Amino acid sequence: MEPIKSFTGKTVALPNTDVDTDQIIPARYLKVTDKKGLGEVVFYDWRYDADGNPNPDFLLNKPHAAGATILVAGHNFGCGSSREHAPWALQGFGFQAIVSTQFADIFRNNSLKNGLLPIVVDKATHEQLLDLAVEDPDLQLEVDLETQTLTLPDGRRVEFPIDSFSKECLLNGVDELGYLLRQTSAIEEYEKRNNK
Amino acid sequence: MNGTPRTLFEKIWDAHIVSQAEGAPAILYIDLQLVHEVTSPQAFTELRNRGIKVRRPDRTVATVDHSIPTYDRSLPIMDALAAKQLEQMYANARDFNIRIYDRLSDKQGIVHVIGPELGLTQPGMTIVCGDSHTSTHGAFGTLAFGIGTSEVAMVLATQTLLQRKPKTMNVRVTGALGQGVTAKDIILALIAKIGVDGGTGHVIEYSGSAIRAQTMEGRMTICNMSIEGGARAGMIAPDDVTFSYIAGREFAPKGADWDAAVARWKQLPTDDGAQYDAVVELDANALEPMITYGNNPGMGIPITARVPDPDAIGDVHQKAALHKALQYMDLQPGRSLIGHPVNVVFIGSCTNSRIGDLRLAANVMKGKRVAPNVRVMVVPGSQQVKRQAEQEGLDKIFREAGAEWREAGCSMCIAMNGDQLAPGEYSISTSNRNFEGRQGKGGRTFLASPMTAAATAIHGVVTDPRTVLS
Repeated sequence: MEPIKSFTGKTVALPNTDVDTDQIIPARYLKVTDKKGLGEVVFYDWRYDADGNPNPDFLLNKPHAAGATILVAGHNFGCGSSREHAPWALQGFGFQAIVSTQFADIFRNNSLKNGLLPIVVDKATHEQLLDLAVEDPDLQLEVDLETQTLTLPDGRRVEFPIDSFSKECLLNGVDELGYLLRQTSAIEEYEKRNNK
Repeated sequence: MNGTPRTLFEKIWDAHIVSQAEGAPAILYIDLQLVHEVTSPQAFTELRNRGIKVRRPDRTVATVDHSIPTYDRSLPIMDALAAKQLEQMYANARDFNIRIYDRLSDKQGIVHVIGPELGLTQPGMTIVCGDSHTSTHGAFGTLAFGIGTSEVAMVLATQTLLQRKPKTMNVRVTGALGQGVTAKDIILALIAKIGVDGGTGHVIEYSGSAIRAQTMEGRMTICNMSIEGGARAGMIAPDDVTFSYIAGREFAPKGADWDAAVARWKQLPTDDGAQYDAVVELDANALEPMITYGNNPGMGIPITARVPDPDAIGDVHQKAALHKALQYMDLQPGRSLIGHPVNVVFIGSCTNSRIGDLRLAANVMKGKRVAPNVRVMVVPGSQQVKRQAEQEGLDKIFREAGAEWREAGCSMCIAMNGDQLAPGEYSISTSNRNFEGRQGKGGRTFLASPMTAAATAIHGVVTDPRTVLS
């Protein structure tokens, strides 16, 4: 995983609440054995009509969404299925961070494992961001993981929570599987002690 | 532990901590990983890329369920992508020395159906699978939860996961269910009450007289949909119902080992005085059969109630969500769903495809015919469930009523395998998700119990099962 420190990105908003991972990537696109090309099918059923033509009203088809790296999403984003294809598809489109008031647990875990930063903000900030994204199609936000801050265009800095372990992993590109593999002696000892 | 009262969850959590470094998540030992074809290929690729083996093939069991057709097993798979994914699963099982129940196995089935029926699922265990409905196994007093593919790789490689301790929520269901009201209605009522985000960050423990009165199948239905309320897992303390379900199953302990296991399992229930972070109460006496009207499982109502009005909702985002859902579902606020036509009835999925579910549906359909122009699919959860149902003659009841009797798999719950709704069609489904397009692009899903689905199959319109019970 590539380390993340800070970045400034074009920001777009999808205010729908309770967006489930079936919307992020419909199940029929899960018949794959790798992670390639998933960005092309992200939000497929909202992005394209029954004939496969782009729906011009959907956010990601609007010209200003091209090149967006930050998505302000509605409350409880990523609920439902555990498919890690959801963060893979969002990253495939180009997103590096998702901002919401709450993420579903498994989606949040999956995102952190892939360096897609889930940023939780309070309701008032969230509403402000949704409004800003409507007013300004070229909205840019600055994310600084080191200081855990999101900087708004007016200069206001909003702190966001992230547990220290996940932060370290993201800042340094730590590979969690590698970390666990280095615990092998503790795991062996546990198995012996518990007759596993 | 020094007499500090602990919950069922805390006892299992504590017993599985390998280590806990300051500031880091716990390293949690996983007793059993279940694997299926959809969420595992990239995990095995990760192991191959690193040149590592599966640490404990003996604690890893695979099957195929999501992308397999439910038509005659002797026919070839027509979907090239699905066929490739299945071949990859078989190759991974072979290369990494993992036990697999493949498409032609007589023990194949939905991963959350076969774990319990083979006796693999046992109280006190930690169980994971790359599937959010892994919460099903919590019905046996296990800590069982869904994980992503990166975590599947971690468990394959190390038999452990990095986990932060979740909070606990006790859902107490008191009283007793009335006729025609089942486990599915308990869980749909709970999710309607707490919302699809109500359990986020929590592990739910279900307790109370209405839970104790459930069979293991009913308990699995309840724990299965914990994730639909946002919870990490759902659990029910093991008791004699649990032990008698497990006894004699293929992988259950035998002889002296059985006695020792039961003695151990009896220590698991929550101690008197143990505290939960949240408590929710539900009165079973007041429950009716439930049905959903919208596009998440929290959008549910008692079957005799009316579809809610978005204009009555204060929160602007919730109001917009309900507007969007009613538009997608093409439903009017203030109307009852009773009498609403359906095109398809789906009885199956890891929520409601076990023998007890099929008996409930067959009991309603016995000696009757399904309504004309309604497609009724009955998809048993496993080949073992299928055989059992056939021994009991349930398949005959379904076939004579005009329903399709299929091979085991996830089928139209996730619509990856060709079993799907056409755009605009309505289904009443015993599955767990009514998300937009879940059962096929443009398809519209009403979630309900097997009894409600069967009653609806007979009339071709949404029907209160209590009106057809003799």
